[in-house]
Amino acid sequence: MDIKLESIHHAYHQVEVIRNLSLHIPHGQIVCIVGPSGCGKSTLLRFIGGLEKPTSGEILQFGEPPPGCLNPLTYIFQDFALLPWRTVYDNISLVLEDHPLSDADAHHIIIDTLQRTKLLEFADALPRQLSGGMKQRVAIARALAVKPAIMLMDEPLSALDSQTRELLMDDLVDLWTRQPFTAVYVTHNLAEAVRLGHTIVVLSRRPGEVLQQIHIDKPLNERQFGDAELEQHQQQLWQLMRDEARAADAELLHE
Amino acid sequence: MLSFSMSDNKQHSLSAKPVAFRGGGFSPKSYRWVGFLVFATLIGIAEWGTRSGWISALTLPKPTDVLLTFKELYQSGLLFKHLAPSLTRLVVGSCMGISLGISVGVLIGLFSYIRSGFVPVVAALFPIPKIALLPLFVIWFGIDEGSKYALIAFGTFTPTVVATYGAVDNVERSLIRMGQSFGLSWFSIVRKIVIPGAMPGILSGLRISLAIAIILLVAAEMLGAEYGIGAYILEAGSLYDLERLFAGVVILSLLGVIISALIGAIERRVLNWRS
Ligand SMILES: Nc1ncnc2c1ncn2[C@@H]1O[C@H](COP(=O)(O)OP(=O)(O)O)[C@@H](O)[C@H]1O
Ligand SMILES: [Mg+2]
Repeated sequence: MDIKLESIHHAYHQVEVIRNLSLHIPHGQIVCIVGPSGCGKSTLLRFIGGLEKPTSGEILQFGEPPPGCLNPLTYIFQDFALLPWRTVYDNISLVLEDHPLSDADAHHIIIDTLQRTKLLEFADALPRQLSGGMKQRVAIARALAVKPAIMLMDEPLSALDSQTRELLMDDLVDLWTRQPFTAVYVTHNLAEAVRLGHTIVVLSRRPGEVLQQIHIDKPLNERQFGDAELEQHQQQLWQLMRDEARAADAELLHE
Repeated sequence: MLSFSMSDNKQHSLSAKPVAFRGGGFSPKSYRWVGFLVFATLIGIAEWGTRSGWISALTLPKPTDVLLTFKELYQSGLLFKHLAPSLTRLVVGSCMGISLGISVGVLIGLFSYIRSGFVPVVAALFPIPKIALLPLFVIWFGIDEGSKYALIAFGTFTPTVVATYGAVDNVERSLIRMGQSFGLSWFSIVRKIVIPGAMPGILSGLRISLAIAIILLVAAEMLGAEYGIGAYILEAGSLYDLERLFAGVVILSLLGVIISALIGAIERRVLNWRS
């Protein structure tokens, strides 16, 4: 399933947030969206997932979600959004309970996703017993459990420390390599973008427009920490973004 | 490098003193034995004072006499004759008030029109001393149990509503958005996210509601009941029988402590997910 955004405009109470934005999210690839804070990245993601409507423009879906898909557009949130009163197992069970699945099928799905995210031994733990990285792994497992056609990830690693971030990036690369998924990955961290993105979309400061799209052909599992080619891409992106980020920073101060 | 460490050493030998500690505090723990100790001390003082005579028998009864009265009350079977109707009134009345209060509170927390309509009504009802309405309730629901149930139900209803909708308001919106993004039904979101998330606030509201329920129970029983702890205390009071009056008061305190412990136990069970 592909998604196409066509000339999206959006304003919140006369404040223009997104201007003339068109974007293609191809099947089986990770599209990273980077941009200074406040440029409308989260807003864009809410549009794609159908949680909000843009002022004008269209979001089109091409093709049908794969069979067995329970929730085609599935989010992974920066703050994990786990229910603190449910165990890891039950947090994943939550998103299956509204679907007509037999108990055995649901159990099978939960165990399978816990295995894929290496969480099986934590099945009975409560969120408060887990580290931030573990919590985000649970959220990723929960997203995988509904077999999404497209994952919408809003700064999923931003609440984590840099070591944990590296580990989770490795996990995501692993997951993608074993079974490619489609994802829109919003971040303000360029290192994450060049590590995980097949396409990197750079947005301008508010109102967000596409400044540039770059494609990185190197397979995800060959991208290493400190890779020279990636460094170069990251440099290039930073050149592009520096002035935008500075201007966005100054703008916020004036408000 | 060498000179650096030398000067370090020199400074060290010049003036070495530990950094003053200024952390700690602000995290009270509760030790059960302290509570018992305070109670024992207070009762001990009362006993000693009444025995030695510097507290006159008209001011305070001897704690041991109160205990004896209590024993008599128990042995004569009167204790249960008074306790049973009181507990029934308390349970029936507060169950009605609390269940209605939680339902209305959740609805206020969920629907704009219900919120706009009910919040002012609740604000208008909250400050009314409910005891003042007892005569009205007697007309509406009869002099018997009906008016007592209604009074307790009404008294527990308003604080429960206020606590509940406050608790629903405080449920993290990000969790609700998560539920929506996974396509959970509205009913599932309410049942599995909103209500459990509001539980801590609802339970702490219950503590207040049930304390109010005990107060209203006694008031209602004082105004017209043959049996009941309130009636017992009123009778003892009008005869200036301080031993029996205090025995009644002790029963009420115990009731309060037991209810508070019960809610504590429920909290530990239901809210075990909190650290
Ligand atoms: N619900 C909203 N109502 C009004 N303004 C909003 C709302 N959501 C976001 N905004 C504004 O839109 C802009 C873009 O926000 P957002 O998409 O969260 O940015 P980003 O995720 O890129 O940091 C910000 O200036 C923000 O203040
Ligand atoms: Mg954001």
